[in-house]
Amino acid sequence: MEKTWNNKAWFMVLPVLVLVAFSAVIPLMTVVNYSVQDTFGNNEFFWAGTDWYVDVLTSDRFWDALTRNLIFSAIILAIEIPLGIIIALNMPKKGLGVPVCLVLMALPLLIPWNVVGTIWQVFGRVDIGLLGHTLEALGINYNYVQNPIDAWVTLIVMDVWHWTSLVVLLCYAGLVSIPDAYYQAAKIDGASRWSVFRYIQLPKMKRVLLIAFLLRFMDSFMIYTEPFVVTGGGPGNSTTFLSIDLVKMAIGQFDLGPAAALSIIYFLIILLLSWIFYTVMTTSDAQS
Amino acid sequence: MARIDLEHIRHAYGAKPKSENDYALKEVHHEWNDGGAYALLGPSGCGKTTLLNIISGLINPSEGRILFDGKDVTHLSTQDRNIAQVFQFPVIYDTMTVYDNLAFPLRNRHVPETEVDRRVKEIIEMIGLGGWAGKKAQGLTADQKQKISLGRGLVRSDVSAILFDEPLTVIDPEMKWVLRSQIKRLHKQFGFTMVYVTHDQTEALTFADKVVVMYDGQIVQIGTPAELFERPRHTFVGYFIGSPGMNVLPAKIDGSTAQVGGESIALNFRPEIKSGAKTELGIRPEFVSIGREGMPVAITKVEDIGRHKIVRARFADQPISIILDEDGEIPADPRIAFDQKAINIYADSWRVGGEA
Repeated sequence: MEKTWNNKAWFMVLPVLVLVAFSAVIPLMTVVNYSVQDTFGNNEFFWAGTDWYVDVLTSDRFWDALTRNLIFSAIILAIEIPLGIIIALNMPKKGLGVPVCLVLMALPLLIPWNVVGTIWQVFGRVDIGLLGHTLEALGINYNYVQNPIDAWVTLIVMDVWHWTSLVVLLCYAGLVSIPDAYYQAAKIDGASRWSVFRYIQLPKMKRVLLIAFLLRFMDSFMIYTEPFVVTGGGPGNSTTFLSIDLVKMAIGQFDLGPAAALSIIYFLIILLLSWIFYTVMTTSDAQS
Repeated sequence: MARIDLEHIRHAYGAKPKSENDYALKEVHHEWNDGGAYALLGPSGCGKTTLLNIISGLINPSEGRILFDGKDVTHLSTQDRNIAQVFQFPVIYDTMTVYDNLAFPLRNRHVPETEVDRRVKEIIEMIGLGGWAGKKAQGLTADQKQKISLGRGLVRSDVSAILFDEPLTVIDPEMKWVLRSQIKRLHKQFGFTMVYVTHDQTEALTFADKVVVMYDGQIVQIGTPAELFERPRHTFVGYFIGSPGMNVLPAKIDGSTAQVGGESIALNFRPEIKSGAKTELGIRPEFVSIGREGMPVAITKVEDIGRHKIVRARFADQPISIILDEDGEIPADPRIAFDQKAINIYADSWRVGGEA
């Protein structure tokens, strides 16, 4: 078929361009604008060049927060992925148990993030919280407000509670797509439980696991609401992640320049991760 | 190698079968001789896969016992029964190489590695994947994958029986012949007991010494290909085997004469029919001759399929098929005659009288 070239078609794309401009490009450019200037209020701006970027990238504060982010992501991935697989493997494949399990699994995902934070904030309190009070009664010294380790443990347990379901649901979807014949053949070949997992279930779950892995990595890397509600970044700076630091800088200290520079750097890191996400997915698609 | 006895096996998928119709597999009582090559032939949904899975232990029958060489294995798991089974669709372990796929059943049973190597190399040559040993199984074509499944079934030398569940469905027609003759050769060489499920009559007839025809959850006839062709015990076997299938015409039986429409056909025996039974006359298209003598017939269509012609006609208001030689002539006023020896009489669909 012959294609007709018609430049009027560009007008059709215009509404989308306008929408994207207002929702993304213009706000982003405003931030870029702030990040290369200095201001003392009064709407007066002075050119600052790349000073703010140099400042941010050479500050311990930035690297500490980034390190916390990476450690946090690494820990929750190391827990949520294996735990999600184990739970998915043990979920019923048919019968009444299926909808019951699926609903139970989906519940934490349906709760708004700040509510999750509030739940755990209250749950962990030593004076009125069930968890905090019980631990206290058992003679375990637990106080997430004062002890950094306790604060981290609380955040990790909360994230595992909140997000393992996502990994479970994705893995479960991968598992139910395996035809019965595979399990029958494995029985006939005399495969052990471990071999069935290693050679049938794991390869079939590879794709969804990749998605689960990258989603959880990016999500946990951008975590803000829950630590903000539970610990507010403390005690000290022990749970101050990049996002929390950014808000402190921009709204707490009103350092608009450095905050804008940090925003751009944070944005670029996430863009880079998204690009890796996309590349890894498409290459694994091409293989199969 | 083993002799397999099925004792009064019945199976229903539902929990509490009430009537005979709730059974996917109606009573089967049969023995499979050690070293026999059997084909289970029947249309989709007739229970042949159910029967196969009962033998391999993937399904526990609702009733009855299974014996391997006289030993009750009804409650043994698939592993303990030591059965090999090849499925309809290729099942391969994606992440393994072709070699490892074939070695998998042996390694799971802790066969020494030198023996594994010997067996795998032998099988890999036999299924024609010699150059592919080190390749990942994932990227192979459907029929290469199925050859691996087949190979995994054949690789163990100590199995009680090898079961095939329509294994050649996804294979190219020309490759089907090759693989089928390889399976057959293997059977001759090692004398495995083999049960081969298929709905393709050519496959069944060429593969098996004995063909087991199933229909609606029961075995309707067990016989050699010749027996199935000449003396179908049930009208279904008549229809199902042969191309085209047997002509089955409603007939009134009167002593040793059959009345079809207004025509009387003499029989060479005197069938004993219970009163009230629905009686039919069966004659294969190969045994109907066309010429100037006999009963009048109206030709509707002639299909030339190369080696011979299939004539479709109406006889006594019933459709009838006739096989005619390639150079056979159809006269202007055609008449047909039945070969008396090839006539079968059915009462309520089951064959009566005559020599078997």
